[in-house]
Amino acid sequence: MKISAFHLMPHRELPDDFEKRYESVWVTPPWWELADAERVGQYYNWTLDELLFAARAGFDGVCTNEHHQNAYGFMPSPNIMGAVLAKATNGTNVAIVQMGATLPTSNPPIRVAEEYAMLDCISGGRLVAGLPLGSAMDVNLCYGITPMEHRERYREAFALTLKAWQSRELFAWNGRYYQLANVNLWPRPIQQPHPPVWVPGSGSISTFDFAVDNDVCYCFLSYSGAKAAKTMMQGYWDVVAKKGRETNPYRAGFLQLVAVAESDAAAEAKYARHVEYFYHKCLHWPIQYLSPPGNQDYRSLVAAAKSNIRRAEDPKSLRYRDFVEKGYVIAGSAATVRDRIKEEVVKGLRVGNLMVLLQIGSMPHELTLENMDRFARDVLPSLRGEWNDEGWVNHWWPERLRGAAAPRAAAVAAAGS
Amino acid sequence: MSQRTIAVWDGKVRIRVHSQGSGPALVFLHGPWGLTWDPFLDELAKSFTVHAPEHPGTTPETPDDIYQLDGLWDLVLCYDELLTALGVDNAALVGHSFGGMLACELAAAYPARVRCLALIAPLGFWRDGERVVNWMMLDPARLPEYVFRDPKSEAARRMFGGGDDPDAAADARVRLAWGMGATGKFIWPIPDKGLKKRIHRVTAPTLLVWGKEDRLVPPVYADEFTRRIGGARVHTVDGAGHVPHLERPDVVARMVREFAAGERSP
Repeated sequence: MKISAFHLMPHRELPDDFEKRYESVWVTPPWWELADAERVGQYYNWTLDELLFAARAGFDGVCTNEHHQNAYGFMPSPNIMGAVLAKATNGTNVAIVQMGATLPTSNPPIRVAEEYAMLDCISGGRLVAGLPLGSAMDVNLCYGITPMEHRERYREAFALTLKAWQSRELFAWNGRYYQLANVNLWPRPIQQPHPPVWVPGSGSISTFDFAVDNDVCYCFLSYSGAKAAKTMMQGYWDVVAKKGRETNPYRAGFLQLVAVAESDAAAEAKYARHVEYFYHKCLHWPIQYLSPPGNQDYRSLVAAAKSNIRRAEDPKSLRYRDFVEKGYVIAGSAATVRDRIKEEVVKGLRVGNLMVLLQIGSMPHELTLENMDRFARDVLPSLRGEWNDEGWVNHWWPERLRGAAAPRAAAVAAAGS
Repeated sequence: MSQRTIAVWDGKVRIRVHSQGSGPALVFLHGPWGLTWDPFLDELAKSFTVHAPEHPGTTPETPDDIYQLDGLWDLVLCYDELLTALGVDNAALVGHSFGGMLACELAAAYPARVRCLALIAPLGFWRDGERVVNWMMLDPARLPEYVFRDPKSEAARRMFGGGDDPDAAADARVRLAWGMGATGKFIWPIPDKGLKKRIHRVTAPTLLVWGKEDRLVPPVYADEFTRRIGGARVHTVDGAGHVPHLERPDVVARMVREFAAGERSP
């Protein structure tokens, strides 16, 4: 299987009473009270250093993503980060996994097609093209896109992107939301017919259909862990089967928070406060922000209203041990982490493209590197062979990297010890 | 009361219209939380033939019709087609909130169609210093207190569905969310969509009605309309929030009736 390091680039030093003093980490948090540009510059550089460390330590890919106006993860342009990573990892077998630039917030959306083509060219064909719908907070609340048009715009932009990469001839796009009379992308991606496409989602049923119809890798980006995702992912696999596609595990991606230490007890000592910081502060937003009226289609709205309200657990009431026990975070010794990932994520969800979040909330730079190093040394090697026995091809991974297992760079082995 | 569904927009948008009463035509355009036939409309139906259409998409049987419309221009044309289908050449237009903005757009687009215009807490303008509150971003549990001065009133319960029956409560959540979505489509993220460029075309005598304690659209917004529509009058209503016609139906119905009767064509 393929295992990539994901990063959100969060604010690492929010005040202790943040969630009491402020209504939301997203959309409205006051920059001038909470942040300092010099310090934030340090966060960006740590983020890049951490991802590059992961790239050298043996991860298969490095992931960045797009969010706006928040302290939870603020890479408004993941492609700026991706460009640095692409350049700095040239000569390696590490994929640049953009999870990614959000189509409805890019106008015109061929901007994403162009930038991804640039990244593919710079990286020598190592791009994974994540094409997310974008969160309602980003797209509707920050970027002003009408909630009812959000999904329609996304689907039109998705089709335009795929065509723009592949068309042999200049074409006109006369769409409902986008009109471009002369689409003729420069550059085009190295990967043909186009880079592998991943569509991240948060469990919406209409996205399952979309992902399977378009034959992309569906990635469930959840912070509630694999146990809670089981029903949801089964729903996805049901759609895959119903539509007559092979149940290739590489058709699925999953994001898991992971923290590794010498022992389970040491993990608690090292990581508990950072995990709680993440769930208590970084995910602090009013519930209605997730779905302003019109963002969900009518059928989903009715289904949500009628379902005997499976009330989502309030993470603010949970502590580190709850998060670990419930599987929100897989934490502990390397053996614990390895066994739980195999059982809960790989087997439990049938996932071939695993993403792990190893910098969690307030986790400082040095501890992040330690977590990455322990994962890369003691966990990753025993996961890599998963699914090999079934002989599936990872069609959703850059072709030239499919067979390669990234060697651990000597320099990093030294740095991490 | 009669109910009929009229297909406009080349048959693609079905609009259900409730009609009651006799006398000159009066068309009521509802706000973001959908249409419920209420004592205010009962009161008006004593003097007028009241037609109250459900905004495209807000009829539970045809939610997806809203996807046929791309913007305000499409919507205004739909309502022109609807008036023609209703056989209404010329009517008193009464609109609330989003419906008030729409009524004003119609009066600007088709001055001859509008005999007089009564706008209840209409949207349509924006002041940076006195922002219209975006009700679509509020905690749904707190929405009643923003819409109504008294969120525990009978009228508030009718709109928000305060009953114990879980099915009815679920239906109400869907109706409200979809109503806000289907109207929000035309005003997101700021309800200033160019009325200021078009409002000079309004020739109809105009009445503005505002609840004194409107927490969503502050009553100062009346100035934006009176500045631009010659002779427009403003009535503010004590003890009312954003829905004065539901909170003080007798008072507001009297205001509108007297205004619309006085503006009756010879």
